Formats: sequence, C-alpha cells, structure tokens
Amino acid sequence: MEKSSRSLLTYVLVYLTFLYAPVFLLPIFAFNDSAIISLPLSGFTFDWFLMLWQTKALHEAFYNSMMIALISASLSTTLGIFAARATSRFEFPGKRGIVGFLMLPLVLPEIIVGVALLVVMIQLGLSLSAWTVVIGHVLVCTPFAIAILSSAFNSFDISLEEASLDLGVNKIGTFFRVILPMVAPGIISSFLIAFTISLDEFIIAFFLTGTDATLPVYIWGQLRFPARLPSIMALGFLMVLLSLLLLLVAEYFRRRSTQFSANSSASNESIL
Amino acid sequence: MISNSAKPIIEIKNVEKRFGSVTALDGVTLDIKEGEFFSLLGPSGCGKTTLLRIISGFDFPTSGSLYIGGEDMAEVPPNLRPTNMVFQSYAIFPHLNVAENVGYGLKKLKLPKAELERRVNEALALVDLKGFGPRESHALSGGQRQRVALARALIMQPKVLLLDEPLSALDKKLRDAMQIELRRLQQTVGITFVLVTHDQEEALIMSDRIAVMFDGKVSQLDTPEKLYRRPANRRVASFIGVMNFIPAKVVSSNSKSLVIDITAIGKATLDADEQYAAGADITVGIRPEMLTILYSETADDKDSFAATVNARSYYGDMTYYDVRINDTNIHATISMRNTAGRPVLAPGAKTRVSWRPDSFTIIANV
Repeated sequence: MEKSSRSLLTYVLVYLTFLYAPVFLLPIFAFNDSAIISLPLSGFTFDWFLMLWQTKALHEAFYNSMMIALISASLSTTLGIFAARATSRFEFPGKRGIVGFLMLPLVLPEIIVGVALLVVMIQLGLSLSAWTVVIGHVLVCTPFAIAILSSAFNSFDISLEEASLDLGVNKIGTFFRVILPMVAPGIISSFLIAFTISLDEFIIAFFLTGTDATLPVYIWGQLRFPARLPSIMALGFLMVLLSLLLLLVAEYFRRRSTQFSANSSASNESIL
Repeated sequence: MISNSAKPIIEIKNVEKRFGSVTALDGVTLDIKEGEFFSLLGPSGCGKTTLLRIISGFDFPTSGSLYIGGEDMAEVPPNLRPTNMVFQSYAIFPHLNVAENVGYGLKKLKLPKAELERRVNEALALVDLKGFGPRESHALSGGQRQRVALARALIMQPKVLLLDEPLSALDKKLRDAMQIELRRLQQTVGITFVLVTHDQEEALIMSDRIAVMFDGKVSQLDTPEKLYRRPANRRVASFIGVMNFIPAKVVSSNSKSLVIDITAIGKATLDADEQYAAGADITVGIRPEMLTILYSETADDKDSFAATVNARSYYGDMTYYDVRINDTNIHATISMRNTAGRPVLAPGAKTRVSWRPDSFTIIANV
C-alpha cells in the first residue's frame, strides 16, 4: 500500500513536470533581461512586454484572432444549440450515425482538415482571408460545442417544457422563457471554450489565413528572428493566462448548468 | 354533489393509441361530468397516463376523438386547451421563485403588476402557502412543491385540472393529509379534477367516480362504493382491496334471486339480475371484513362453520387471518378489528366463522 502510493506519487510528479515545465519556462524568459534564451538568468525586465506593445503587426494579428474567435465561437455555439436540442429531445432515423458524423472533426488530424479545406477553397475560387479561417474554426469548434450543450440539454427535464406549454405558453415562448434560461450556463461555457480553441488554433489558420495572420500564425512567423524570441515568450505567457482565464470561467458556468438539475442524474464531471 | 344529469365536460370516444407495435389504449369510451372528481385507476402500463396525456394534448390519439367542453380537440395543441396539469415530478421551474412560478401562465395577459400580485397571492392562499412568493423554488420541500404546482395550475382557472400521480412522491403521512385536502380543494373551486393513480385507496377516498383500467381498456366505471361492493370482474375485484374467491354451483335461479351451493360452506341465497342454468359453475366473492370470526370452537350458530387459522398478519388496529374452512382446501382472508377483550388467534387455533348471506357477490370470470 505504502509502496504503491509512493510510486504513484512519483509517476504523477514526473508526468506533471513533462506536461507543465515548458509552460513555466515562458514567464521565466519573458521577464529575463537577455535576448538569448538560455540559463543562467541575467536580470529582470519588462522590455519584452514593451516591445509587444510597440509592434503594429502584432496588434493586427491580435485583432484578427479576436474577431475570428468571436465569430467562430458564436457560429459553432449556435449550431451546437440546434444539434444538442435535436439529439436530446427528438428521435429520428440515423440519429447515432449523424451524431457520430458531427463529432468526427474531434478525431480528424487538423492538418488533414486544413489541407482539405484549402483545396476546397481554391476549387471554389474563394480567396483566403479571415473568413476562410472562420469556416475552418467553426468546423473544429462545433463538436466541442455539441458535447458541452448536449450535457446541458440532456439534464433538462422534459416535463418543465410540457408544464410551460400546459400553462398556455407556445413553443417559441417556452424556448425563450424556460429552455434558454436553464441551458444559458451551458451556452456561455460552450462559447468560451470554442473561443479559446479558435484563439489557440494554428494549423488550420496557417493553411487558410491568406494575408490576415492570426496570433499563432504571427508567432510562428516571428520565430525566424532570434532577436524577437524573448518578446514571443512574453506573448506566449499572456496567451496562456488568457486561455486559463477563459477556461476557468467556462468551467464555472458548465458546473452551474448541471446544478440547475441537481435532482436529475446529470454527471457533474468535467468533460475536459 | 354531482347529479346524474350533469353534462359531460370531457367526452372520450373510442380512443385508440398505438406506439409502434404497442397498443396503449384499445378503444376507450367514457364521459367525465362537469365538476366531478374523476379517477383513472390501474396498474402501471394500463394506459391511464397515456389517456391523461391525450386529454392534456401532449399525445394525440391514433384514432377516435376527444371533446372538451363540447369542442373537438383533434387539432388543438396543449397551450390552447382549457386544461392544466399537475405533473408527477411537479415540474417547478428551478430558475424562477415561487411567485414567478405561480404567475407564469398569467404573464402573457400583461396584467398590471398589482393585479398579477393579487392573483398570485390568492392562488398561494388557496393552497396554504401564504407569504411563500419570494422563496426560491429549490428550497421547497416535496409537499410545498406540490402545492406550488397546484397553485400554478389553478390560477389559470382551467375547466379541467389534470393530476398525474400527484401524491406518489410524498411520504405516507403527508399523502394521507393531501388526499383529504385535494378533495376539499376540489369542492372549494368546483373545477373538474381528473386524477391518475395506481393507488386504489387514494382513488376510493377522493373520487366521485373511478374508471378502472387494464391493458388499455376501461374494465369498470363506477362510484367507489359500487366498485368495491360489486366489482364487474375478477381483475377489478382483486385490484381494489382484498377479495376471497370461492367456487360455487347454481342450485336454482330466477330473475331476482339465485340459490347457490358454495363449496365447503353450503347453500346461500343471493340477489341477482341475471339468470343462470341450474348446475352451472360460478365464482362468488366475499370481502375479508364481511366474514366474522366467532372465537369459539363450539359456537351454537347454525350459519357458522368450523375453521382453522393458517396464518395471521397483525396490523395494530386490525388482524388479518388466513383460515381454512371445514377442513377443506378452501381458504379465506378475514379481517377483524382488535377491539377490547378480543384475543389475537395464533396459527393452528380452531375457531368458527360466519357471515351474513347477502355479503357474497357474483364474480364474472373475465
């Protein structure tokens, strides 16, 4: 017992070190007063953050990423609502197959999706822009939205919907007065997670971006210039913070959405 | 009280409902009168809930028709029907407080705030929840949730209030109290109540009339008293209360009375409105409380029979005995009140039993 718990502890520590040590290097070198990424540390500075502030191309990439993430998250959450509502409330032929098909992008390699979309766009004669990235990101984000929203819609007691109809409120009124408020935490959570995925996504954005570089694509481009490396560290650090914040908020709302139906058997485990 | 001439508020005509290959309702025809407390009683899967959902509009019949207040409901969705439902799970909206739940259906009327508040408070007072308006709905007990569900339905002033097993989630004490209260409430508001239940006692206590359902069909529709005393067939007789079934032979029969020879017991004369052929095999039924134990082995009663106690169940106020009559294989369940000075017999005790000759009823073998 004692021995096995010790070896388990070692395993966990090694695992966590491999997983997170590289991430912890980001803040260390982001504040290091040297253009070369190496130990020992030479001093503390905010210069790299200042450099970020002064780089105009970065600002454009940041703006592109935010807009793409905002639109992709809105679209995939909307599509997710339709899909989750349909699969949780109605029976139709081929339901399992259709759901599986919708979730497929989760397991497809992104590079395949990226290349395939690129070919399609070119065949259709569409010029690459932020919009083509949006299309790719909606494809990748929608399965996540469906997964999160399905758990919100599934834990929803159908008799609540029937009670609303019974009290004289029509289907549309019922959707807005009962269904939407009850699944709202799930919707917010789905939006935030889709937003985070779109913000961090690189491969599809790289293939489809054209001239409107997103933040990850911009970072990749900057890696060719060793002098810029410390400021990329600083940028990476900021993005990790932002992603963490978004995921925490999303998880808070996801938990609230299952709380509403505490007496139904909804699972309270994280899907992440 | 409901007079026989009261016009029907709900007319169900030859309603069938099939889910795939399963027949949930197999040609149900019945009328529910205005102002009565009507119960649909039966075991689970008998179609009673399906029938209630058809009345409320959540399901539509495969064939047959439904009229509420004289109007055909074939095309009418649940939100436009003059019915309101108290759900088995109560379906209290968790994101709204008590007052918002109760006022939910009135919101579309766009009443002035004071008027809405007055009506909500009135409805809450009706179900003994005065001052509960601002409470959060998730902080309510089971009994309180049910009252909120009642108030939320009654505030709509429906022609018919539908109750889907409303007491099944409550504990025994609360259930007993709510049975009396629901009955009182129904008489106060004068609205037709249609109750679905599998609990025969609940149905007997509350209802003006009961439809007993088996396998998607109405087996008998009668007042509680008639259902209990003159069950139409063996299934109804054994679903409602306890009934002893004893084989008998017809001795002679005319249009008014029937003389039978009850196995192991002897001859008895019964009222009958049907004639039977002499010598025919029939079954008669007798309720446990119609049999009396004489507590003596040698009682000098010409209409009493020797019996041996086989087993007993002690309930405090009552004792149920399983006795063997006249050393034959004929068993009967007898219930006796445990009044002062009356001993509780042990298994194996020899005693005698008797009954009034008019306490038997003929059971149709359906």
